[in-house]
Amino acid sequence: MSVLAAETRPKDASTSRVLDVQGLDVRLGRFHLLHDVTFSIDRGERVGLIGESGSGKSLTSLALLGLLPDDAHVSGSIRLAGVGHDLVGARERDLAAIRGRDVAMVFQEPMTALNPTMRVGDQVAEVITIHAGRGGRDKRAARARAVELLDQVGLPDPGDAARAYPHQLSGGQRQRVVVAIALANDPSLLVCDEPTTALDVTVQARVLDLIVRGVSARDAALLFITHDLSVVATVCERVLVMYGGRVVEAGPVTEVFRRPRHRYTQGLLAASDLDSAAAGGRLPTIRGTVPSAGTFPDGCVFRSRCDHATEVCATEPAWAGPDPGNGFACHHPAGAERAS
Amino acid sequence: MLLQILRRTATLVASLVVSSMLVFAFMALLPGDPARVALGVNASEASVAQMRQEFGLDRPLLSQYVSWMAGFIRFDLGTSYVSQVEIAPQIIDRLQVTMWLVVCAMVLALVIAVPLGTVMALRHRKPSGLVLSALSQVGVAVPAFLAGILLITVFAVKLQWLPANGWTPPNEDPVQFLRQLILPVLALGLVQGAVLTRYVRSSILDVQREDYIRTARAKGLGAGRALRRHGFRNAAIPVVTVLALQLATLLIGAVVVERVFVIPGLGSLLLDQVANRDLIFVQDIVMLLVLAVLLVNFVVDLLYLVIDPRLKVAT
Repeated sequence: MSVLAAETRPKDASTSRVLDVQGLDVRLGRFHLLHDVTFSIDRGERVGLIGESGSGKSLTSLALLGLLPDDAHVSGSIRLAGVGHDLVGARERDLAAIRGRDVAMVFQEPMTALNPTMRVGDQVAEVITIHAGRGGRDKRAARARAVELLDQVGLPDPGDAARAYPHQLSGGQRQRVVVAIALANDPSLLVCDEPTTALDVTVQARVLDLIVRGVSARDAALLFITHDLSVVATVCERVLVMYGGRVVEAGPVTEVFRRPRHRYTQGLLAASDLDSAAAGGRLPTIRGTVPSAGTFPDGCVFRSRCDHATEVCATEPAWAGPDPGNGFACHHPAGAERAS
Repeated sequence: MLLQILRRTATLVASLVVSSMLVFAFMALLPGDPARVALGVNASEASVAQMRQEFGLDRPLLSQYVSWMAGFIRFDLGTSYVSQVEIAPQIIDRLQVTMWLVVCAMVLALVIAVPLGTVMALRHRKPSGLVLSALSQVGVAVPAFLAGILLITVFAVKLQWLPANGWTPPNEDPVQFLRQLILPVLALGLVQGAVLTRYVRSSILDVQREDYIRTARAKGLGAGRALRRHGFRNAAIPVVTVLALQLATLLIGAVVVERVFVIPGLGSLLLDQVANRDLIFVQDIVMLLVLAVLLVNFVVDLLYLVIDPRLKVAT
């Protein structure tokens, strides 16, 4: 029975890997924005991507959807389960066929992410009809399915909501609509870019719950981008820490948050540790600000803001760890003082 | 929705009352006695006084205003001081000519601006987009009458493809009507098209940066389809505003272009009557132009309600 069940799975069952990013490199004009970004996500796995603004998180997500600007130079490889070709260098037509079907995205700003002049139900139905193929473009069926989806994401009176315009819904309700659009075609990968940052704290938890349940029900992979570490701790199993367009540390959430190795991760955690704030009165901060694109130092990108930097940090630190999904890149990792 | 329409109608009526008072006040403030002007300096005091009485010019200003307005509402515009002919039929006659010019020029402007502005927006970083942008900038800088003279020089005098001027009603000789219509419509429409192109361009550029276009792309729409299905309607909102202003500009621009092309439109009529010092006539034409501009704006306000659902509930 179980063998049968495995065989009838729609997506490639021989491997559970959904997303495989290898050496992703993005240049825009004279700016080198992403350096050798490597990570993978398995089916049903929820991975957090954290870092300050300007660290390359959103750019990574746009690369996964093939939505980088036309003049960006991209190298490396992005493979998605069920897609026979590399997303890097693919034709726009092929990428458009994947977007909204195999990989979907929830954006940060629910207030502006929906078309103000189109009824909500039509906006949900559209993503269904786009990918339905020639035979299945039944608008009425798509609209009925849209109402079902709006019901699933917990909108009260989904029939009325489908006929509403975005401005008639609250921020939280709009984000539910965006989630409904993203999940409409049961994507194998859902990318969420700060989906709750713009929402009231009380609404945040409910939308997070909605995303996690939606992803679990579909056994989809989730890449969750945020700078809110507590959200990562609740939602994700693994975490990637980005700084200066590189992944500087990666590993299981419990491990990385309990024993950070990279000095940047350590700084991020200290800056959001409310217990230490209660003791000292003020939160510790990472000194300085994130350099603007193209002005990161060579060698270790964090050395201009790191209290532990020495001459050796002018050379690029190698990845220390068993695999790209677990390890860090730092010459003076935290927790190594006693050893040296 | 109904409340919105009522509110806009009230605004229209109020604007009409205020602007009619202004038009009337300007005319009343002009130095010179209309009756004296009409009869000439050699007329006797008695005949001037008789004319003043005949046209009600001896009555207080307020009562003159009220009877003028009462007539205007019934479209009974009275008779001219100078030529002693009925004013309303003449205006209607001339208005038909001007409407052909204005409507055709507006359509031409739209036909130019929408595709060209879109292409310019989509290629705004490429050389072809910059060339188009520079060309439209030149178009913006050329006044309609100059465009008219240039067009006559090239197409009528040098190439002799089209008549340089004149007007034939469409029911008399449709071919000649079209031949004579082309150059004045080009003169008016090209310039307005150039202006409108720039607004279409910036409007599309703005819309393309919107999050909902990114959402549309993320759904799997190509850039072109995302713009067509989600961008155009939103981009139309500011463009419609400009369109309304341009219709007003076209009405006024027609005054000059009709002169250049010797077309018997409302504009030439206005200039003729100014030259004749026929104040009542001028006053009626000016008020009619004001009415046209206000009506256009009223219609545009209603159009907003159709395009932008957010306005239906706005208070």
